[in-house]
Amino acid sequence: MTGFDQLRLEGVSRRFGTADALSGLDLTIERGEFIALLGPSGCGKSTALNCLAGLLPLTAGAIWQDDQRIDTLPPEKRGFGMVFQNYALFPHLTVRDNIAFGLRMRHLPKDDVRRRTTEAIETVQLTEHASKLPGQLSGGQQQRVAIARATVLEPSLVLMDEPLSNLDAKLRLEMRTEIRRLHQSLGLTTVYVTHDQEEALSMADRLVVMRQGKVQQIGTPEEVHTKPSTWHVADFMGYRNLLPLKASQMNGDQVTVDLGGTAIRGSAQGAVAPGDDVIAAVRPEDVKLADQGVKGLIEVVEYQGRERAVEVVLDDDVRLHVRTERRVEAGEQVALTVTPGRLLVYPS
Amino acid sequence: MSAIWQHRLAERGVDRRLWLLLPATIFVLLLFIYPFLYGLSLSFQPMQGGGVLANYDKFFSDAYQRDTIATTLKIALPAALLNVLAAVPIAFRLRGRFRGKRLLTTILVVPITLGTVLTAQGLLNYLGPTGWLNRVLLSLHIVDNPIRLTNNYWGVFFSLVITGFPFAFLLVLSYLSGIDPTLERAAATLGASRAQRFRRITLPLLAPGLATTFLLTFVLAFSVFPSAVLVGNPAGSTRVISLAAYQAAYEQYDYSYASAIAMVMGAVELVVVAIVLLWRSRLYTGSTGGKG
Ligand SMILES: Nc1ncnc2c1ncn2[C@@H]1O[C@H](COP(=O)(O)OP(=O)(O)OP(=O)(O)O)[C@@H](O)[C@H]1O
Ligand SMILES: [Mg+2]
Repeated sequence: MTGFDQLRLEGVSRRFGTADALSGLDLTIERGEFIALLGPSGCGKSTALNCLAGLLPLTAGAIWQDDQRIDTLPPEKRGFGMVFQNYALFPHLTVRDNIAFGLRMRHLPKDDVRRRTTEAIETVQLTEHASKLPGQLSGGQQQRVAIARATVLEPSLVLMDEPLSNLDAKLRLEMRTEIRRLHQSLGLTTVYVTHDQEEALSMADRLVVMRQGKVQQIGTPEEVHTKPSTWHVADFMGYRNLLPLKASQMNGDQVTVDLGGTAIRGSAQGAVAPGDDVIAAVRPEDVKLADQGVKGLIEVVEYQGRERAVEVVLDDDVRLHVRTERRVEAGEQVALTVTPGRLLVYPS
Repeated sequence: MSAIWQHRLAERGVDRRLWLLLPATIFVLLLFIYPFLYGLSLSFQPMQGGGVLANYDKFFSDAYQRDTIATTLKIALPAALLNVLAAVPIAFRLRGRFRGKRLLTTILVVPITLGTVLTAQGLLNYLGPTGWLNRVLLSLHIVDNPIRLTNNYWGVFFSLVITGFPFAFLLVLSYLSGIDPTLERAAATLGASRAQRFRRITLPLLAPGLATTFLLTFVLAFSVFPSAVLVGNPAGSTRVISLAAYQAAYEQYDYSYASAIAMVMGAVELVVVAIVLLWRSRLYTGSTGGKG
């Protein structure tokens, strides 16, 4: 397959009946990029991937591969590899035949097929399982077959639909590294669907955060992590504290909000004016127990190894999630401070 | 029962729940095995005396009788094959969800409810010498004499297709919908064309089901009796083996000879079944869906 320099999605949309599963997705994918599609369940990630692969016809928009329009091509003509959420391994073919399938469909010489298949099997470390049927493999092994099958063709684009969702936590971490390593060593361009923000942050060059079929934010992991564009994205990126407050003062993009009777400064994200209802977002790890600050009462303590996750109720009934290394107990009176610059204020 | 003993049985897939099979087993024994054994022993006691195998000797040495095997196979095998082959593309088209599917499926399945006699009646009306087809062909001067499609081989063949196809269709449809559709989509992303996807993925997964379907329609067709008489030529080209057994039992009143013919009939069926099952056992017959 010839590679591409750029893949452009222009207003890619898909409706099911009257419901928009995906509306107006604009995205440019550069060669060699690792892009993660991230979002809650049902936000249209699989739909986007299927549209890219050609398994779902678009209802609007276009897909351009350099200057060729490809959204009308059937999947077999696009030459994109896909790793399905349930792997979709051919149950009647051995591991080796599953992996060789795509090469055989291209009518490559027998020796080539054998050599490349063997290499791919070695890459995913399945040599001793090569003649087993998929039903005789563990979940992690099946997943590696699926990856090998999709990548052995060295496709110009690899699409992966939550390939790690069925694995246990330890295997998931290992496979994460494995996929990233394959991406680099084979020089692939990858679009990776996940609803796990940690997975997306650690693997991708760029994130596309989606919600209800629409793109919320496109950016590097750092941008999305530190500057979510809306409070929905913030919510998804681990800002567990989303506090409905009132903005009192503005100074440049610094906003002052009133939290439990104490004025706290945050940075405005979007149009915020004094007196507006706002949503203030802050991560639990950016709220610290201190000697003085916002007063509250500890309600719940969860032991989490090195740290404790603590839920604090303020005087005005606002609840805050806090992480601390201090030994605290429910019922204790505490004071809280917010790490400067880490409180983000969104218009609600 | 000691625990060790239980574990050993469990390894072989035996456990106490197998007792639940008991009623069905008794039922089968009473309704199938007993009559079979009775018939078998009857067939070895010829009415006219002679050796134990006299009945079988009589059957195989008489060409008129012996040929019924070939006659029946000649009707039943092609009919069963056509039923299966015709069911595949139609079931393939109908497996997705679309408007009017239920209506179409119902129309395809209605012949099951007709019964052989009504089907024969209909065949005579449509395809008989003075039937609609011939009248149309004659009035359009496409043919000069009525073409004969009833009271011969073709009449029986059509009748078997009409009554056997719905079975084959329903079975194939259910086998087909048991195949995970993402497998074909995966094959497509790997560059397989529509034809390659069918040949490399769908067909191998469907083949065991097709073998089963073929056997069921074959067995139905092999014991063809009413249509062989009603729309066939029971004295000649469609003198099927069940007819020979009927004549022995109810025209010559030789139950022993009739039993022997029935046993031959069973044996021939068994051979076909064994061949097909042998072929089937070499295919992949495991799960056709994804894991997890
Ligand atoms: N074939 C279909 N017919 C009708 N609606 C559909 C169909 N496929 C998806 N949808 C709808 O489109 C929306 C997006 O679905 P999609 O499968 O893309 O979600 P997702 O982001 O992949 O979710 P998950 O993380 O749970 O896999 C959902 O609301 C879903 O109900
Ligand atoms: Mg999905």
